[in-house]
Amino acid sequence: MHELSVTEAILKTVLKHAAVNSVHKILSISLQISKLSDLEDNWIQRYFDYLSKDTVAAGALLKIERLPLLVRCEGCAKSFETEPADIGNMVCPSCGEKKVALVPGKQYIIKNMEAV
Amino acid sequence: MDPVRLIEIKEEILSDNNQLAEELREKLRKSGTLLLNLMSSPGSGKTSLILRTAEGLKNYLHLGVIEADIDSTVDAEKVAAQGVPAVQLRTGGFCHLDSSMVAKGLTALNTDKLDLIIVENVGNLVCPAEFDTGAHKNVMILSVPEGDDKPLKYPLMFSVCDVLLVNKTDYLSLSDFDRVALEKRVRSLNPKIRIFYVSCKTGEGITEWLDWLKNTLADFKAKR
Repeated sequence: MHELSVTEAILKTVLKHAAVNSVHKILSISLQISKLSDLEDNWIQRYFDYLSKDTVAAGALLKIERLPLLVRCEGCAKSFETEPADIGNMVCPSCGEKKVALVPGKQYIIKNMEAV
Repeated sequence: MDPVRLIEIKEEILSDNNQLAEELREKLRKSGTLLLNLMSSPGSGKTSLILRTAEGLKNYLHLGVIEADIDSTVDAEKVAAQGVPAVQLRTGGFCHLDSSMVAKGLTALNTDKLDLIIVENVGNLVCPAEFDTGAHKNVMILSVPEGDDKPLKYPLMFSVCDVLLVNKTDYLSLSDFDRVALEKRVRSLNPKIRIFYVSCKTGEGITEWLDWLKNTLADFKAKR
């Protein structure tokens, strides 16, 4: 249920930009969220629909792009992308090394919005 | 009808929370108070670890505790009974702490004379991992009965912590918990994490944990 806090933060930010840009209606909002995050897309949209009632963001569609996990090989130092489900069994596609580690850093970004 | 405009935003979703967290971290750094965020699932031993830590460090430093619970004050009462200043935050259904809630806890706790503050986050391996609380160090507990597969299920939590305490080692002989498999899974998420095996019941491994805490605090104070 931490989607609620995240959704409140999204709404606050887009309303701030809407005011600056004299927006009448926000049509869609593009978000980038790491695949490592457990945020549920459906819940973010549902909370957003509820919270944004009576604002210029009412009815806006959230377009959520999931960013892949970046992993670095300890053998050849090359980076590659992986899926959360493969975390227990990661092998470097370049050199076959099994000692690989996730590149730290969470990503939760509001990229842009379409508005009139 | 007006044409559709694409408005660039490029902002962190949790920028307000992250900014306040950074302010708390810096303020406490200047006053030499280390803030430690303790996370785990319910029942893995957060309060027991705090009680062990309080007992072990009572002659070394001044400890304070911020307890968070959805709706009770039992944890803060247990800690306060040991003579440790403690405040209870009731999150009222919220599944995690954020920096504004921790800021309230810090105000309620008189932090001036404290060397170390442990924040006991809400018992949950999912949500607390997503929010910066302003802590200097993130510590998590995984208890043996929960199993060695948890890094696969909750990778974010294992990736954001500085220390993993594997608690309830007194259950190891009764379970098929695989330490080697656990460490491999954890280190692929987070190669720098420190892992300690402890039992809050028997006291096993607590000395090593307390030594890490003392050394970390000494480094922290030296960098003021």
